[in-house]
This record gives sequence, structure tokens and C-alpha cells, in this order.
Amino acid sequence: MLGGTTRPSDEVVALIPPNLVEGTVEKVAVNAVMAGCRPEYLPVVLAALEAICTDEFNMHGVLATTMSVGPILVVNGPIAAAIGMNSGINVLGHGNRANSSIGRAVQLVLRNLGGGAPGGIDRATLGHMGKQGICFAEDEAGSPWNSLAEERGFDRSQSTVTAFCGEGPHLVVDQLSRSPESLTRSLAASLRSAVSPRLVLGMDGMLVLSPEHMARYRDAGWDRARFLAELTEYLMFDTDEIIAGADGIEEGLPPGLAGHRLPKFRPGGLLVVHAGGPAGLFSAIIGGWISGPGGSDPVTREITP
Amino acid sequence: MTTTVLDPTAEQRPATRERSQRPESLSGLTVGLLDISKPRGDVFLDRVEEALCALGARVTRYAKPTFTKPAPVDLRHEIATQCDAVIEALAD
Repeated sequence: MLGGTTRPSDEVVALIPPNLVEGTVEKVAVNAVMAGCRPEYLPVVLAALEAICTDEFNMHGVLATTMSVGPILVVNGPIAAAIGMNSGINVLGHGNRANSSIGRAVQLVLRNLGGGAPGGIDRATLGHMGKQGICFAEDEAGSPWNSLAEERGFDRSQSTVTAFCGEGPHLVVDQLSRSPESLTRSLAASLRSAVSPRLVLGMDGMLVLSPEHMARYRDAGWDRARFLAELTEYLMFDTDEIIAGADGIEEGLPPGLAGHRLPKFRPGGLLVVHAGGPAGLFSAIIGGWISGPGGSDPVTREITP
Repeated sequence: MTTTVLDPTAEQRPATRERSQRPESLSGLTVGLLDISKPRGDVFLDRVEEALCALGARVTRYAKPTFTKPAPVDLRHEIATQCDAVIEALAD
């Protein structure tokens, strides 16, 4: 396993929460073996740990929260194809060794090395299946848009992993929209309920846009910026509709926020990734957790040999 | 043939320490109240402060910058050096 990286085995990659244990390359490699990784996956595991063990990502808080979230890992760049990662059919599911074992290795490091076991520091009320480990690649070759990593300031030739604190994915079905306008409204309608239809701002989100949905935008010549600008319009809320008590629902915004229009996500708070099988008019939404310095920010790290 | 088994854990054991002695009375002692910044935690701690003051304790209030992260080391040190006892509130 150690042959998968040029880094020395005693190099400390990160302080692994919650116990802030020095995570050496060797200790990570032991867990990667247990997860079923091949040696060439190890650089991705190391970069993912560097990403989540930061103050910005706040892995301690992600572990400790009662909300059902964990690190969602997205790989961009040449390494994805080089190590055989899946960005296509069943991309968020099982069946690909790299996708399955990289996320698993990261979770094992947190548990075995960091001490973040469920029932201990991990207090998730429900958890989700992605906490077994979730890692997937973006389909860059099939996308007309810049990639997630490019959007986050990296070059297409760089290999990166982006960590996003998220729930399990849920499906958005739209099999009838033939125009980008209709599909955007439809996606927005589903995104409005991410985490809770009564909550705005405060939490980020991820949208995994499938190839057949992306085709609507490709055909119409919409780029990522146009899509996000249009989508943001449909993600504005009249706060009166979601104030605590409105429609007989006690969950909602504090009364002091009545009479405003607020967006669902903060600027840049919705990460859009292109992935999935070539057939199927479905996309997926992954709701986030508390965003920003008081919670978790997405973090991207370059994957180095 | 020798088999080497590698340990995936930190190979550490938590340090054990004796608990501080419980005070006989709170009268005249300084009690720190740590608000972790969850909504309505302050409501709970306001009532606790009233009750402690009625017992003759001096109360000092502290707050974490955010409930999502561990209390900063400086804050923990401040509480440890300024207080005889501490109460931490978790609320929603």
C-alpha cells in the first residue's frame, strides 16, 4: 500500500479528529488496506483527509452533530480515470472498487485512528449510508461546463478531491422537461426542500446533474453561470410563507424575518457536479449542514503522488 | 514465517485523572456558566444563574463562538483558571 505514494511513511498527513491523533501515512495505509483500496488510491485518501481535517471543514463538528451528515468526496482531474473511478452508471452507489474503498478508508481512519465512533463522539440521530464511505468522480469528459474543481479555482490538469459535508442523496425526477427553463424550475422546486422546506440560507447543498438533464443545458447553450443565475431566481423565498407557524407548521424562520425575500443558499453555496449514467432523466440532491465559519465549508485539496 | 500485524488504531489509551473534589457548598465560590451558543441556551442559563446567585455563588458567563466546534483552548483555560466550578448548557 505504501508503494502508492512517494510520501514517507512517518509523515503526518493531518491531525485526525476527534482525538487529534497524528495521522501518519503508514496508519492511513493500514486503514486503506482494511477498506479494500489498491495502492494507487492512497494519494486520494491522503488528500481527502487533508481536506476534512481542517478548521474550514470542521470534521469534529461533522462527527459530533446529531444531524445525519458526513464527508461527501468528489474527485476531479486525470487521477479519476487513471485509477478507474466511476463517474457514470450507479455513480452514487456500489460496484466500483475505487469509489467504494476510498470513502470507506477515510471513514475507517476517522473511527479507528481518530476515535470518532458512532455512539461516542459521533452522535448522529440517524446517520446515512454514505457514512460507510462515499466518493465519486465527476464526469468531466461528458460535460459542456467547467468542472467543480475548476469552479473552485483549480486547473483541469490538476487532480483534486473536494469534501462537502452532506446528507445522503435523494432523487429528483423530471422526465418531461424539454427546455432548460422548465428543468431549472423543476430542479429548483426540489432544491427548495433540501434539508427542510422551511429553512433558507445557513446550509449549503450539492446537485448531481445527470447527463440527460445536462443535455437540456448543452442543447440550449447554457453554461454553469447562466444555469446558476437562473436557478437562484427560482430559489428565492418570500419569508412570510416559511415563518414559524405559517400553514400551521411550527418549524420555520423567526417572526422577525417576516416580510423579506431570501435565497435558499448563500452565494456559492450550491455545488453542482455532472455525473451519472447516460440514460435516465434524474438528478440527485445532497443536502448540507450548517455552512460557513460556524459550521462547515467545502474544502478542495490537490491530490499529489 | 513471521507474520506482522499492523494496528489501525492510534495505539493510545485515555489518561485517567482523579475527579476534582466536589465543593461542600457553592457559597462564595465562582461558578462559570458556558453557553455553547445553541438557541435558547441563554434562557436556560439565565435561570441557572438566578438559582446559583440565590445560593450565594458568584457567576461568570462564558460562550463558545459556535456550538459546532470544540471550545477554543484559550476559553477552556480562562474558565479553568477563573472558576471553582463550571456548568455547560446544551439547548435547542
